[in-house]
Amino acid sequence: MKILVCITHVPDTTSKIQFTADNTKFDSTGVQYIIGPYDDYALARAVELRDQASGKLTVLNVGEADSDPTLRKALAIGADDAVRVNSTPKDSYFVAKQIAHYAKEGAYDLILMGRESIDFNGGMVHGMVGELLGIPSFSPVMKLDVEGSTVKMAREIEGGKEMLEANLPLIAGCQEPIAEWKIPNMRGIMSARTKPLTVVEPVSQDTQAEASKYELPPAKGAVKLVDKDNVAELVRLLKNEAKVL
Amino acid sequence: MSILVYIEQAEGKVKKTSLEAVSFANALAGQTGEGDVVAVALGTIGNDELAAIGKAGAAKVLHGADSKLDAGLIQAHASAVAQAYKQIGAKTLVLAKSSLGDAVAARLAIKLNAGLVSNVVELPKTDAGYIVKRSIYTGKAFAETTVTTDDKILAIKKNAIDLKLDGADAQVESFDVTIKDADFASKITSTERATGDVLLPEADIVVSGGRGLKGPENWGMLEEMAKILGAATACSKPVSDLGWRPHHEHVGQTGVKVAPTLYIAIGISGAIQHLAGVNSSKCIVVINKDPDAPFFKAADYGIVGDAFEVVPKLNEAFKAEL
Repeated sequence: MKILVCITHVPDTTSKIQFTADNTKFDSTGVQYIIGPYDDYALARAVELRDQASGKLTVLNVGEADSDPTLRKALAIGADDAVRVNSTPKDSYFVAKQIAHYAKEGAYDLILMGRESIDFNGGMVHGMVGELLGIPSFSPVMKLDVEGSTVKMAREIEGGKEMLEANLPLIAGCQEPIAEWKIPNMRGIMSARTKPLTVVEPVSQDTQAEASKYELPPAKGAVKLVDKDNVAELVRLLKNEAKVL
Repeated sequence: MSILVYIEQAEGKVKKTSLEAVSFANALAGQTGEGDVVAVALGTIGNDELAAIGKAGAAKVLHGADSKLDAGLIQAHASAVAQAYKQIGAKTLVLAKSSLGDAVAARLAIKLNAGLVSNVVELPKTDAGYIVKRSIYTGKAFAETTVTTDDKILAIKKNAIDLKLDGADAQVESFDVTIKDADFASKITSTERATGDVLLPEADIVVSGGRGLKGPENWGMLEEMAKILGAATACSKPVSDLGWRPHHEHVGQTGVKVAPTLYIAIGISGAIQHLAGVNSSKCIVVINKDPDAPFFKAADYGIVGDAFEVVPKLNEAFKAEL
């Protein structure tokens, strides 16, 4: 089985979000970059499936050269080889086009990625790739097992989940608890240094909805504390001041 | 010309978030002169329920009544909506962001060659170009997105607009969906859904508990508060990781992102990953015995005190006032 996992290279979840250049650029000063947490779940599940089926696992990122350490980490976690499409990920459509092109050439059976990136939170790339390739897409997938050519999945819906069955090839946007995050061990880190990381140029420059300007939400006022022995006061404030009851 | 809205249903009831999408589309049509709002609803839904979509601002509802569409099969729904879009000659599709809505919208973006913006928080600026404001970095910032395609899809976030239900009933028309078998190749074998409760992503009030509650057996007082307020219950990541509460109640960076009018956090310290899931709430109340809990910095109102002492008293006060 050939598996492709697409990962994002994103600011750590605890990063302070700031912008520069008149609010047109993300300020990466002092920011630690990581594999997107949802992508990390997808990668962990893919490593397990690859080991079960003795298949091949390729990891892909659309990004600039600063993504390479993130791809090396994915190799250390267990991917067999890595590909970087050499461009800033401009919008969901742009990224989906790159992935679809690469996935088609490689004839992958299973394509996994996180349900969404944690920077732009669109959650659209997997569905777009599915439509571009003419294969089914599912998200957010919280359980995925492969039995022959049948894939059994659980997809989260509002207030619960639905169990699904579909055939390979397919694409899934993943989230917990599909697998436990894997931490690279020393052997993985050593072998990652010599695993292939190929850089390819983008196949198209088309975009449809690019971000042009950023802003931060207005600063929050100070908390209004209510005495624990006077909880009725809180109810009155919620009703008459905040008007949320 | 019309704006199309994709309606989601659960067991024959139209989702409130879909009605919000209709109100949004109605305001957008008023701004851009795109004519009427037409809604497309799929699967088994009663006629009265369909006509009532008009109250939120739809002139017409196209009903694809095929019961094969009751289940939210992503590919089949995407094909049906694309067909409706082409039939009415729409240039804009509006839908509510949701588990199914997102999955369907992404496929439609390719089918319709439409620029797609997700997490839309307000009406686009359309006087020069087409600029859409969306939430990014899990609610920690906003981006202005320039859409360059003629066709557009907007997936709106909860509370992007106030729901108005002052319109007349819509005209309901049956809509003949033709979908190829390949779109039904995947099948939903079963569904597990919490019944009779307010669904968390759609709730106006959320009552949420953390590890400070010490164990799943202590959730009774939160459930009581939720019942009094008509709220949904939620929890922090450690609580769902420990198996005290189901995963679909986990609010935070890697869980559900909520945007209620009121979020009540009980015994949650307020780690940055939890705040990422709640920072779009209009009003946040924090109850925690630790006065230094970081959550107080993100809160509008707070009570420093033991949850086991404060919550029962607060429940009585809610009952007395409401």
